[in-house]
Amino acid sequence: MGLGGFLGAVWQVELVRMVVLAAVVFSFLAVGGPLFLVLAERKISAWIQARVGPKHVGPHGLLQTVADTLKLLYKENIVPHRADVVLFSVAPVLVAVAALLDFVVIPFAPGWVVRDLNVGILYFAAVSSLTVIGILTGGWASNNKYSLLGGLRSAAQMVSYELPLGFSLLVVATLTGTLSTVRIVEAQPYPAHFYPPVIVAALVFLTAATAEANRIPFDLPEAEAELVAGYFSEYTPMRFALFQLGEYGSLLASSALFTTLFLGGWKGPFALPGLGPVGNGLVWFLGKTYAVVFLLMWVRWTYPRFRIDQLLNISWKLLLPVSMVNLLVAGLLVVAVR
Amino acid sequence: MPLDWAYVAVFALVGAGMAALPLGIVWLLAPRSAYPQKRIPYESGIVPFGEAWSQFHVRYYLFGLAFLLFDIEVIYIYPWAVVLRELGWFAFVEMLIFLGVLGVGLAYAWKKGALEWV
Repeated sequence: MGLGGFLGAVWQVELVRMVVLAAVVFSFLAVGGPLFLVLAERKISAWIQARVGPKHVGPHGLLQTVADTLKLLYKENIVPHRADVVLFSVAPVLVAVAALLDFVVIPFAPGWVVRDLNVGILYFAAVSSLTVIGILTGGWASNNKYSLLGGLRSAAQMVSYELPLGFSLLVVATLTGTLSTVRIVEAQPYPAHFYPPVIVAALVFLTAATAEANRIPFDLPEAEAELVAGYFSEYTPMRFALFQLGEYGSLLASSALFTTLFLGGWKGPFALPGLGPVGNGLVWFLGKTYAVVFLLMWVRWTYPRFRIDQLLNISWKLLLPVSMVNLLVAGLLVVAVR
Repeated sequence: MPLDWAYVAVFALVGAGMAALPLGIVWLLAPRSAYPQKRIPYESGIVPFGEAWSQFHVRYYLFGLAFLLFDIEVIYIYPWAVVLRELGWFAFVEMLIFLGVLGVGLAYAWKKGALEWV
């Protein structure tokens, strides 16, 4: 009995399946996240600023981040002498794991979801907020004043924007009557009378997700002119790379969740020939997700940074009241037209 | 259901393992030449002044407390969102009262200046 009874008769098979899936999703996260997105960000920023961007490593500079990652492997690992060594080492791993856990409930295509949890979006909200613990731990453990301030600012910012984000998730949950991401995708397109609250929720979600990802115009935690590099000032290359993995991984996860909740997930306006339902789903889903990522990058290279008081005002005095009223409107619509 | 959470647990473990893997490679490949100056925390080039682990501003606690309260309220709304369709007007009015109380709390914190970055 024991583990066997808990997982079913063929628990070894199930266990291998879990480990393989975890490895596959992690590889997707590493390749589709930082490895690709750092290059994309550099190319897009170059394009927006009328520069060329990386072009020497590989064709059109496509292998630039691969080369950078290989270089990072040969760099010395330094721990500040008064740092808390255990917490200092755990923090980047925690941030990376939080990004990976987000993808458990993301449906990539019909049937292509790691686990269709019945508390899907609540689970997503829970694990994505593990990032803030990692960042705060890293900032604290470094025993550096810039790191500590960066970590604290990050915590203040991320917890503030988690509330409007949660209310936007709740609007979708109210309209569809479920928390499962797969069933939310199946419920789309939403009926026309639900559009106003859904559009408000989508805008709030996008704003809050940008802030959660610590990106310009909400990149106060690592404002380089004030705080050197914020919470990862003291981190040497490979651990810095893990923070990047977590950061770009959660950016990808937020975009994927936005696609799932508001853009119809794997569904597309028309079927592409010769791909089958799964192929179609993957193409549409990844296409929409990366389009959202592109939008966020475009915002990043267009707008200046907010001040911290402005940033917190936007969350507490604008987004939070708006999203609370929005939730009530959504509830009213559900009750009135059910 | 337990199987779902077994997946989550295995993902966390495998993720931590795969994230630690490059750190292991660094340990094998990277040079190590430690001398004390290298390990001084960065403070714009000067020798650090005191500890970083000291008092920090109370405003961080204020936002932390406000978040804690509101986040717990948000958790209560999740089950409501799922069953609203079945329960109808009764549940809607209840949530109206609940969010009304929450709104009064937000207005109070706002008025008292707890949401100001001082």
